[in-house]
Amino acid sequence: MIDKKWIGHELPASLLPLERTRLQFFAKAIGETDLVYSDASAAQRAGYADIPAPPTFLFAAELDSGTTFQMLEDLKIPIAKLLHGEQNFTYHRTACAGDTVTVRSTISDIYDKKGGALEFVVRTSLATNQRDELVAELRSVLVCRH
Amino acid sequence: MTAPRFDTVQVGDVLPALQLPPVDRTTLALFAGASGDHNPIHIDIDVARRAGMPDVFAQGMLGMAWLGRLITGWAPQSQLRRFDARFLGITHLGNAMRCSGRIVEKLEHDGEHCVRIELHSANQFGQTKIIGEALVALA
Repeated sequence: MIDKKWIGHELPASLLPLERTRLQFFAKAIGETDLVYSDASAAQRAGYADIPAPPTFLFAAELDSGTTFQMLEDLKIPIAKLLHGEQNFTYHRTACAGDTVTVRSTISDIYDKKGGALEFVVRTSLATNQRDELVAELRSVLVCRH
Repeated sequence: MTAPRFDTVQVGDVLPALQLPPVDRTTLALFAGASGDHNPIHIDIDVARRAGMPDVFAQGMLGMAWLGRLITGWAPQSQLRRFDARFLGITHLGNAMRCSGRIVEKLEHDGEHCVRIELHSANQFGQTKIIGEALVALA
């Protein structure tokens, strides 16, 4: 069983500098062909400061920093048993290439179902930019299947 | 892109569907690098088999990113207010996902005209992999 003492635990902040080349790579990986996601001038014509980070991209912050994997280790969740149950984003402003996003997360809940056969970890996060403006709120439900 | 307008969309309208090619190993490897999800279960068959899976399988967030493309192909991302996904099943190699969306509500949210869109992602066998919802502001 995952120790419930982790409920309320704050994870170390993760800094994600948004680089054009990384966003172009992400667009390629998901098959995105809209030029807004690969060409800075197309993005600017569409009203963005630069290439926008696609809607799900900010999930990368805590993967890049290692925070997600460290959390799994701390909670003793073997990666082979891990599933992603739910993911939510609430957006406040679009983050673009050139911005640096900081993601700060809290483990907000841990519970189980089916007599412990499935354990759930809820992580809630705030993403802010270099001007300390709120960019997005994230919520992840991770599942450990036994 | 001409953004849809609040006055001209109706409950029941469907977004232009997004048909993806079958998932292959290259896609999974590229997404692992681009997304920062280096979990080897998605890119290394030996690790996947040790975990009891027949083969590697798609990252959940890849499927959600495709649903994101469905939304931003319809309305500019700057108008996206909320995006929720529930992962219902594993997307396997060879699965060709079809992303679809349907307007289920027109509403006011934080002083803006918005539409609530039900999202759905299923493979060529009709197996649902992700259901979700988006809230999009429309002028």
